[in-house]
Amino acid sequence: MSIDRDTAAKVAKLARIKVEEDRLDALAQEFNAVLGFIEQLNEVDVDGVEPMVSVEPMRLKRREDKVTDGGMQDKILSNAPDAREGFFAVPKVVE
Amino acid sequence: MLDLTYETPAPKVIAGAKHDWELVIGMEVHAQVSSKAKLFSGASTQFGAEPNSNVAFVDAAMPGMLPVINEFCVEQAVRTGLGLNAEIHLKSAFDRKNYFYPDLPQGYQISQLYEPIVGEGEILVDMGPGVARLVRVERIHLEQDAGKSIHDMDPNMSFVDLNRTGVALMEIVSRPDIRGPEEAAAYVTKLRQILRYLGTCDGNMQNGNLRADVNVSICRPGQYEKYMETQDFGHLGTRCEIKNMNSMRFIQAAIEYEARRQIKILEEGGEVVQETRLYDPDKNETRSMRSKEEAHDYRYFPCPDLLPLEIEQAWVDDIKASLPELPDAKKARFMGDYGLTEYDASVLTADTTSAAYFEQVVSACEDGKLAANWVINELFGRLKTDEKDIADSPLSPAQLGGIIRLIKSDTISGKIAKDVFEIAYTSGRDPEEIVETEGLKQVTDTGAIEAALDQIIADNPAQVEKAKVNPKLAGWFVGQVMKATGGKANPKAVNQLVAQKLGS
Repeated sequence: MSIDRDTAAKVAKLARIKVEEDRLDALAQEFNAVLGFIEQLNEVDVDGVEPMVSVEPMRLKRREDKVTDGGMQDKILSNAPDAREGFFAVPKVVE
Repeated sequence: MLDLTYETPAPKVIAGAKHDWELVIGMEVHAQVSSKAKLFSGASTQFGAEPNSNVAFVDAAMPGMLPVINEFCVEQAVRTGLGLNAEIHLKSAFDRKNYFYPDLPQGYQISQLYEPIVGEGEILVDMGPGVARLVRVERIHLEQDAGKSIHDMDPNMSFVDLNRTGVALMEIVSRPDIRGPEEAAAYVTKLRQILRYLGTCDGNMQNGNLRADVNVSICRPGQYEKYMETQDFGHLGTRCEIKNMNSMRFIQAAIEYEARRQIKILEEGGEVVQETRLYDPDKNETRSMRSKEEAHDYRYFPCPDLLPLEIEQAWVDDIKASLPELPDAKKARFMGDYGLTEYDASVLTADTTSAAYFEQVVSACEDGKLAANWVINELFGRLKTDEKDIADSPLSPAQLGGIIRLIKSDTISGKIAKDVFEIAYTSGRDPEEIVETEGLKQVTDTGAIEAALDQIIADNPAQVEKAKVNPKLAGWFVGQVMKATGGKANPKAVNQLVAQKLGS
């Protein structure tokens, strides 16, 4: 798989990261270098090997269905650039 | 398990300007899990709370916060899967679906794309007595809900409430087996009924606890059969997805509109573009949601914050053992045990409260058919007038059973029973006591009835002459006797006597 200039621009846009026009070629190249490095892993034969998801065999931790959190509107909103009447206020998003 | 036999309904055919078209519909229903806390946090799921008060730091995506799964939500997904005869995956996993929107603080939704917890199942969608469509369910996965954006509080700003952010949803995905707008609504109705029986989702559509995305495409007759044979989507048309509908009426109207829109495009030589659309009930049309198009590249990847979800077969077996009797089985039992028609059985099993009420009436009067008639025709009608739910019925099953017992023992006539019903309904009094106190006992004493009839015959010689020529006029005499006895005369006895006296 090879990343061209357009793909790099698209990925940047989807990730909402601003990349100047003159940086796109270099970015695409960096992507390709990373992907190329990872490509090497394909040389390893993993047929019949279960994917390892953690170093220690662990079970996904569960919680009980109990309300133990929340009720802190002020804290939730304390980092908001703008908040009104208990809501986050953001620039208009129109559907 | 089911012994209900049914016929498959014909697909809806829409006549275009040039030729006939059929509809092919698949649905994605988002059902909110009936949990107290969210899927990955301990914040409350309660509807209508102060904005941003049911929010934990995990839900607000504060740096370093990690999700911990709510086991009850997992159980409800498994329970739902079992209720739909679906395959349960003992191992499933969570993925991140990435997109940007102000009501999604994480920048991704935790969902299950690659390994959902529930696989293939099925839903029998009732389309009337003896007619039903078996719709295949492709999968059910667990995922987080997003927050809520409010656009009409300020001209320049949108307001965001994260209370719903992170609430557990079950996304129930059907195969494209639904063949018309009415079937689509019936599918949602049946699914909602099953979820409510199971108790896994309250089915409240108004609050958005059950919402549907509808995929609509059209094809020429015969194409769908080819698809069913091969499972190759190439035989079907290009689909459009209508997002987020929470009303049966809108679902039907949106599908109808969308099908006609696509027919027009194809018949004019155009091509349907696969896209996401929004239904506008005010204008009754669907519109393209251009904003969603670009975001469609979700770049899913396994969520690194969560280990795969592994559950044990024994746990699944325990859940299975605790399943309640489901609608199809209950309906079949009502038909078999009480001799009800399919229609009556369907009405009475629409929800568990009605079914339980009916069964209590039956145990009080030991007559399934009469109980069904009285619950459906009298009680439901009366409750509807009062805009009351069966759960708040002022008339108890014991009272209604008592009224039916009085009819069965010939103590009161069916007509008087309606008066007793009304008194019992409004006053809460015991039917037997009402009949006793108000002197409503049926007159079966033929002597008394005969006396009343003789008087009427004596007072109306002209009518008697007419009745001798036209036997239909006998009804007038029956009516007069009923009137004279305050409706308490046994109608059968009156009929017999009138026939005797006028016939001779």
